[in-house]
Amino acid sequence: MSVPASSTAGLFTETPFIRKKRRTERLAQCLFGAMALAMVIPLLLILGYLVFKAAPLLSWDFLTTNPTNGMRKGGIWSALLGTVYLVVISLCISAPIGVLAAVYLNEYAKDNWFTRIVNLSVVNLAGVPSIVHALFGLGAFVLFARLDRSILAASLTLAIMTMPVIIASTKEALASVPVSFREACWNVGATRWQTIKAIVLPNSISGILTGVILQVSRTAGETAPIMFTGAVFYRNIPEGNVFAYGIKDQCMALSMHLYTVTTQVTNAPEALPYAIAVTLLGTVLLVNATAIVFRVWLRNRKKW
Amino acid sequence: MTQPKKIDVQNLRLSYGPKEVIHGISFHIEPNEIIGIIGPAQSGKTSLLRCINRTIDFTASAKVSGSIKVDGEDVVTTRNVYELRRKIGMVAPLPVGLPLSIYDNVAFAPRTSGMNNRSDLDGLVEKCLRQAALWNEVKDRLDSLGTKLSGGQQQRLTIARALSHQPEILCLDEFSIAIDPVTTMRIEDVLKELKREMTIILVTNLVQQARRLAARTLFLWNGEIIELDTTDVIFSERAKDPRTRDYVNGIFG
Repeated sequence: MSVPASSTAGLFTETPFIRKKRRTERLAQCLFGAMALAMVIPLLLILGYLVFKAAPLLSWDFLTTNPTNGMRKGGIWSALLGTVYLVVISLCISAPIGVLAAVYLNEYAKDNWFTRIVNLSVVNLAGVPSIVHALFGLGAFVLFARLDRSILAASLTLAIMTMPVIIASTKEALASVPVSFREACWNVGATRWQTIKAIVLPNSISGILTGVILQVSRTAGETAPIMFTGAVFYRNIPEGNVFAYGIKDQCMALSMHLYTVTTQVTNAPEALPYAIAVTLLGTVLLVNATAIVFRVWLRNRKKW
Repeated sequence: MTQPKKIDVQNLRLSYGPKEVIHGISFHIEPNEIIGIIGPAQSGKTSLLRCINRTIDFTASAKVSGSIKVDGEDVVTTRNVYELRRKIGMVAPLPVGLPLSIYDNVAFAPRTSGMNNRSDLDGLVEKCLRQAALWNEVKDRLDSLGTKLSGGQQQRLTIARALSHQPEILCLDEFSIAIDPVTTMRIEDVLKELKREMTIILVTNLVQQARRLAARTLFLWNGEIIELDTTDVIFSERAKDPRTRDYVNGIFG
């Protein structure tokens, strides 16, 4: 009895088409993998090079003493503390306003010309170069509001810079909560706020926080906005006191310090800029790592 | 003396932007009846329910005219839309377990209206879960997540939630499309029980479901009422409109 041709071919026989399909699949995977690797390698190289160059200077004393001898000796305490002040104060201003504004835009606002203008402004504001924010801060906070060049003025400028990005990322996080959850709540007579409080915020908080914390690195790294509004070349503050700066004081900042040491100070030790860069990077990575751990913890509690 | 009408719809028109989807329909619903609404997809069944509990408000482009009265009060002009929605239990086609515990899923609505006494809540949660034929399956794990239940269980959880604010009207929008026939039959038995306490609007794609449960059946097609009569008539040769006869016999739809 003869067997039909189709069954002699069998289920697992290699045809040229199947071979080609598998080759293409492997090629695609390699290509994407290589691109992913291409992101990691430069980062590791940069980090390794920085740490290697900075090694002679890195120590606890370097972090906790003021610069001396025209920046050529001593540590970076006043700059490190200044950066912490700027980041914390600016986020304390931009995060609540940004998050609440995003909740309004995503949960309450009707789709009308006003909402569209606000959304458009947010997008455009997020794209404004930081030097423009710096000039705005100089005009609005330093001169017009008479805050003078101070930590407060610089933090406000940084807050204006980060707010649109926080609004955008928060909106994204809120939008990821399924509409069906909201409708289920509205159907039983819950108000929008009851819905937001019980369902929307608890299920988007990890995304919201990620967006906010990622702005830390941006705030810490920017030089232009603080240059005109509150950061100075040199300032001596009491060592070991974390409340050494007042809100109306001028301060040093790591990003600005790195810039001045590399361009303005002659005969600075070769390792110094590298050590400042490592500190800046370390601070930012520390915050980002905290954010990641926190996000993983929150995601494990995610409920759908 | 005539009984007051539970729901009275007069010349209701609904359009989304320039497209009108409900073309001036009028009908009424008596207290404690099960009314079946049948009709093919896109005929305006869900939109009609959304008009009744005013969740149509959340669709920006929607425009409603005409009047819908619930217990004599016009829903479009009512000052307390949250009370209106509490009066109407709504079950959506796809089960939605809120990302809360089973207990909190059912206790959510009473809490939003200010009921916080734990023993009152306990009693209400148990009553609603029993009514939705879910209590025996979940009574030992009320703290686990509603979203982790199976589809059929989640749909019954949705029904329990719809009952949790003690509505006078229960709207079921194709509640059985995501659940198995056995569960469907169990819920249908529940509905027959609930009829004593409330008015039930049963929107369904399964014409036989309307036949099993509804006293009257409304055939809605392309935003118009083709026929509204007792279920016996709709499902017999006495149906006046040939389209009704064709639809219930599965000839078009």
